Amino acid sequence: MANVTNKYPGESRWKGWWYLLPTLLVYLLFTFLPILETIRTSFYQWDGFSQNKVWIGLSNYAELFSDPKFHNALRNNLVFVIFYSIIPILIGLFLASLLSRRPIPGFAFFRTALFLPQVISMVVVGVIWRWMFNPTFGPINSVLRLVGLKQLAISWLGDFTWALPSVGSIGTWVQYGFCMVLFLAGMQHIQDESYEAASLDGAGAFKQFIHITVPGLRAEIAVALVTTIIAALRVFDLVYTTTRGGPGESTMVTGFLIYRAAFTTNRIGYAAAIATVLTLVILIISMLIRHFQQRGNEENT
Amino acid sequence: MKFPWKNLLPRYLILTVFMLVVLIPIWGMFTSAFKTSTEVMGGPFSLPSNWSLENFEQAWQVGRFNIFFKNSVIVATAVVVSSVFLSTLSGYAFGSLPLPGKNWLYPLILIGYMVPFEAVIIPLYNLLDKFGITDTLWALILPQVGLSVSFGTMWMSSFFENTPKELTDAATIDGCSRWQTLWYILWPIAKPAVTTLVVLIFMWTWNEFLLALVLVQNETLRTLPVGLAFFQGKYTANIPLMAAGAIIVALPTILIYVLFQRFFIRGMLGGAVKG
Repeated sequence: MANVTNKYPGESRWKGWWYLLPTLLVYLLFTFLPILETIRTSFYQWDGFSQNKVWIGLSNYAELFSDPKFHNALRNNLVFVIFYSIIPILIGLFLASLLSRRPIPGFAFFRTALFLPQVISMVVVGVIWRWMFNPTFGPINSVLRLVGLKQLAISWLGDFTWALPSVGSIGTWVQYGFCMVLFLAGMQHIQDESYEAASLDGAGAFKQFIHITVPGLRAEIAVALVTTIIAALRVFDLVYTTTRGGPGESTMVTGFLIYRAAFTTNRIGYAAAIATVLTLVILIISMLIRHFQQRGNEENT
Repeated sequence: MKFPWKNLLPRYLILTVFMLVVLIPIWGMFTSAFKTSTEVMGGPFSLPSNWSLENFEQAWQVGRFNIFFKNSVIVATAVVVSSVFLSTLSGYAFGSLPLPGKNWLYPLILIGYMVPFEAVIIPLYNLLDKFGITDTLWALILPQVGLSVSFGTMWMSSFFENTPKELTDAATIDGCSRWQTLWYILWPIAKPAVTTLVVLIFMWTWNEFLLALVLVQNETLRTLPVGLAFFQGKYTANIPLMAAGAIIVALPTILIYVLFQRFFIRGMLGGAVKG
């Protein structure tokens, strides 16, 4: 796209602007300017409705970085990264390598089912899993009681220790099918000869996996990593519908912290500061995804 | 060729296990929606004694899901139609037209595709308040068009870039204007790309939660996900009723996914991450 001017003789060189203008206006008004406004707001102390908006410089950020609640939320986001990203990618790699390169009859059916959680509203996912985890009549505890593990049938979402991994594992449930489908698509590009050569050299299945499959899927793994990490960092809907950050602050995440600061405790400037930090982290990771995607594309062509 | 059962059977088994982990919770919720409250206590995976639609009727009428459904349909339709139309124009501008400033415009628009909604929600609320349209469906439609055109523009511009230049050149020689070339020559062959864009934007808009939670307060303007979240707060223990509500929310996206699966997966794997 770099050196092509796309201009026909006699045509205005501004032609494209007419086609871009409506989109640009809507985008600037409802997305771009609000981003800038959030950054600006982060330098103020403001309750959201009064005229009294006080410039306080970097104070919100200073407070943020020494706020144990923010540290806790960030830590929880990192735990979510394990459940949303690391575990699903490992499961996805395992399943993909298991299915390997030969087509499996009827695979389309499995793929349809495995991808399903991706299209369901996270609020619905939250409703489903609150029922699954329900301490008295939820399926998980029913099964535990049935097999005689009554002492394990705890209140999963209400337990200070278990609430976070419980909500996190919902993320695993949502993401692993996506990772698997992504990796399987990627495996189509790996040459059969690489595996045959490795077999002749006496490399076992595990060695082939480490030396051929994983490097061959580098681009896809990068995409999966960053996609799911971003999902883990901006998790909000799921926490809202399952635990609202509780019990205590045990499942509190940055997305919910922003919501609470902005719309419950009316600390708009502070909320904007958290939002700015979160956005910055996500932008950096998104840049990485594009970097890896482009590299992946170049290799595939 | 002999069917390699010995080879395939273990794979089918493992696939089935992972598939069941996905399907069992969904199936359990689905059957619960047809049960009575007492039947739900009888065990999560028992089947309802009769498949009555009573819970759906109650969610629809008493739970006001009829209103939420209507709101969701209006918002999703308006967002999809306007975003796809605008993205086609701007994607055409990037992919096929002379566009001075392209090199800085593209990253500018890209940013919108990467930011989380948390980054815009506070100023959006104030902006819409200033316009006096919080508590109208416009408060949900306009911001989501603004947020969707980022991805839409990127998606469509990569389509237009990859169409053979000879096609547009020939159309121009035949006397087509740029506008005619877009709608008569390119639009018909853009169908797969447009379909993917339509189903993705539909899904994102239908499932969007944070904006819909914050930007409208009036109960009669809630969309389905927000309606369901409040419903859950109210009827925590009434599993059959909540299950019915959840199915009303999920069914449209599931149906569209099953019907347009190819387009869906292509888009999602193409790096279509909603930021």
